[in-house]
Amino acid sequence: MARVVVDVMPKPEILDPQGQAVANALPRLGFDGVETVRQGKHFELEVADDVDDATLAKIAETFLANPVIEDWVVRRVEA
Amino acid sequence: MRVGVITFPGTLDDVDAARAVRYADGEAVPLWHADHDLKGVDAVIVPGGFSYGDYLRCGAIARFAPVMTEVIEAANKGMPVLGICNGFQILAEAHLLPGALIRNHKLHFVCRDQWLKVENNDTAWTTRYDKGAEILVPLKSGEGGYQADRNTLDELEGEGRVVFRYVGDNPNGSRNNIAGITSANGRVVGLMPHPEHAIDALTGPTDDGLGMFLSLLDAVVNA
Repeated sequence: MARVVVDVMPKPEILDPQGQAVANALPRLGFDGVETVRQGKHFELEVADDVDDATLAKIAETFLANPVIEDWVVRRVEA
Repeated sequence: MRVGVITFPGTLDDVDAARAVRYADGEAVPLWHADHDLKGVDAVIVPGGFSYGDYLRCGAIARFAPVMTEVIEAANKGMPVLGICNGFQILAEAHLLPGALIRNHKLHFVCRDQWLKVENNDTAWTTRYDKGAEILVPLKSGEGGYQADRNTLDELEGEGRVVFRYVGDNPNGSRNNIAGITSANGRVVGLMPHPEHAIDALTGPTDDGLGMFLSLLDAVVNA
C-alpha cells in the first residue's frame, strides 16, 4: 500500500470567508501578527501500489477538488 | 407533462418540488438517486437539500450518483432540467452549468424572502415571466455565493445567460448579484432561491414561483 496526501486550497482570487473568520478571531484570542488565513482541505489516501500518478491526479481533479474554485497538490509520502 | 423529481439521501425539497409540478398540472415522477432510469420523463427537477450531507463539497458526491448519468445525457440532448439550491450546486458540479457555489460571504446561513429580477424570460423555465419583472421567493442557503472566472462571467453576461439577479442587498456575495443562470441552449436552469416554496400565497410569501413550472408546461407542450 502507498500513502498519498492531497491538499486542496481555495484559489487565491476566490474569497475565503472561512479563512477570514479564523484570521479575525485570532486577535480576540490574544494572538497578534497573523495577517491572513486561508482554509482548505487535507485528504489522506491509502492506495494499492499499482495505482499510478495519472489516476491519482484524476481523482484529485475530478472529485476531491473543484478546479473552478480550488487548487490541489497530490504527493506520495513515506508510510 | 411528466416531470422527474430526484431524491438523494439528504434531499429536503423534493416534496415541495413535486407539489409545484402538480400545481402546474404536471405529473410528478419520483426518481431515486441510485437508479439508472428516468422513467420516460419530459423534464427533471434536482431539488434542494443537503445531498449526501454536503460532505466534500455541496453537490460533489450527488453529481456522481447513478441517476445523474442519465440526467447529464438527457440534458445534453435538450431535456429541460431545473436545479434549485442544492440542485443548482449539483448541476454546477456536473458541469451542466458553469461556475461554482461557495460559502456565503458573511458565513451566515441566510433564510429570508428574497426579491429577484427576471433577466432572461427565454429559457424553458421562465417564459411565463415578463423580462425585468421582480418576483419574491424564499432563499435558504449557507453556500450560495456564485463564483466563476472573469471569462465565464463575461460569457454569461454577454449571452444573456444570467436568468435571475438578486434585488437589493446581495445575500451571499455572488458575483454580479447572480441568483440563477442557464445553459447555452436555455434548457438547463439553476438558481439558489426556491420558487417551489412560492406557488400559493397560502403557504408561501407569494405565488411568484409558479411561473417557472407553468413555463415548463409550455416548453414541453410546444416541443
